[in-house]
Amino acid sequence: MSLEFLLQNVINALQWGSFYALIALGYSMVYSILMLFNFTHGDIFMTGTYIGLGVATGLLALSGAMGIVLPGWLLLAMTIVIAMFLTSFVGVAVERVGYRPLRDAPRASAAITGLMIGIMLEYGNLAILGTQRLLFPPIIETVTYNIFGVFVTNKKIVIVAVALSLMLALHLFIQKTRWGMAMRAMSFDFQVVPLMGVSINLIAPMTFAIGSALAAAGGILYALAYPVLDPFMGILLGWKSFVAAILGGRGSILGAALAGFLLGFIEVFVPIVFPSTFRDLIAYSIILLILTFRPYGFFGQAHSTQLRL
Amino acid sequence: MQLMVENLHVAYDRIRALHGVTFGIAEGEIVCIIGANGAGKSTTLRAISRMVPALPGSRMDFEGRNLLDYPPEKVVSQLGVSHVPEGRRLFGNLTVMENLKLATFARKDRPAIKRDLDLVFSIFPRLAERESQPAGTLSGGEQQMVAVGRAYMTGRRMMLLDEPSMGLAPLMMLSMFEALKEINQAGTTILLVEQNARLALKFARRGYVIENGRIVIEGDSGALLNDPGVKKAYLGG
Repeated sequence: MSLEFLLQNVINALQWGSFYALIALGYSMVYSILMLFNFTHGDIFMTGTYIGLGVATGLLALSGAMGIVLPGWLLLAMTIVIAMFLTSFVGVAVERVGYRPLRDAPRASAAITGLMIGIMLEYGNLAILGTQRLLFPPIIETVTYNIFGVFVTNKKIVIVAVALSLMLALHLFIQKTRWGMAMRAMSFDFQVVPLMGVSINLIAPMTFAIGSALAAAGGILYALAYPVLDPFMGILLGWKSFVAAILGGRGSILGAALAGFLLGFIEVFVPIVFPSTFRDLIAYSIILLILTFRPYGFFGQAHSTQLRL
Repeated sequence: MQLMVENLHVAYDRIRALHGVTFGIAEGEIVCIIGANGAGKSTTLRAISRMVPALPGSRMDFEGRNLLDYPPEKVVSQLGVSHVPEGRRLFGNLTVMENLKLATFARKDRPAIKRDLDLVFSIFPRLAERESQPAGTLSGGEQQMVAVGRAYMTGRRMMLLDEPSMGLAPLMMLSMFEALKEINQAGTTILLVEQNARLALKFARRGYVIENGRIVIEGDSGALLNDPGVKKAYLGG
């Protein structure tokens, strides 16, 4: 295996890892504060991608109508920011309508509700936009660089760079702001949070909003690389990212990001050794094996049942 | 009366925990509720904080406002009633300072926050030294200081304390109660529940005895300390 070939695949792995990590963060953040797996998250990712498609198309039409040509990077940045903002409301709505009424219900009820809302989003999309697959507009042109024999496209650089910047921003938000502090407190002991004068109904929607916004960003980055969208695109990516969230350790933000990238590496490097039809079979066997020895993932802790206040 | 509790009924699932508890506290008082394990002490405090629902027929007024209209976080942020829960329940992953700052999340009065923080650090100088340490790494006594300081930062009209002496060495208990006296002198009414009845009655001006979810005896601390029934049941003869 030549060094160029290796680096080529490292870049591919980083790209896939960026998608998984951005989605996995949403699962982990929600789990960390509510001990709930948001099984709608994969479909929020899909919804966010479609919202991104709408925003990009709208911006192109608008700038076309005004006779200006926006540079691709600006168009992409605006699309990501606006779509993140809009998709955060999808997350807030899911929390408000789906999960809040079930906060004291058995966890299985919440899980089933999450899956149902996901199906509603998929078929709602199908009903509104039809069965035809839609193409994400090519808002930036592909440029390929040859760096010492390694071929890198500008899109791959953008995908990894935006994903890493968003993760850094999330980290700073959680560590440095009072909202982030409230999230950390809630992940430690959510029952005492109201006694601090902080409403859980403030922190929970905010967490859903951030997770959904990150999923939307992940979706737009995904569409840059794979522009053909369909309403069921969130299922497989959602479940795989969920696996990353579990692998990282339930509720661990850092773990979700790292495991997302690990998943990217395993998925890219397995088909180098094995036939590519075996890819997921072998990749997920490896992960199953890891979880057999580390059932709580990389950074997960064995949760004791929390005390009742 | 600053706080009036009348005919308070609480049930966990189907099991009744309180059967019509009635008592009141005037502004600036220190009052204790003593009783055995499971008598309903903690439940009474949780009901006031609205952490557990009160059954119909219960009445709770704080400074003329109906407590039943307030969700837990607003009892704290709008009425200024803080609650130090049993077992302290600090955010062990946050530093001491972050625990204190989180308590001011809903407050907008910056100068007053600064003043309150200074007061907390002057009552508990140890906390200033431990400021950037994760709260989970502190000793039991220091954790209780953070719990009380944190409660003071949330609201200063009244403080509810659930077993503040629990798990503390005798000397630490005494200094904790000294600190609570300072907080009371700074203008905060104090309602505490305690299993350590002797300590509580020495500290409080008045006391209530709760048994099986009902207040059975009430009176000045001195009278309760000399009451033969109370002596026999709660003060070890």
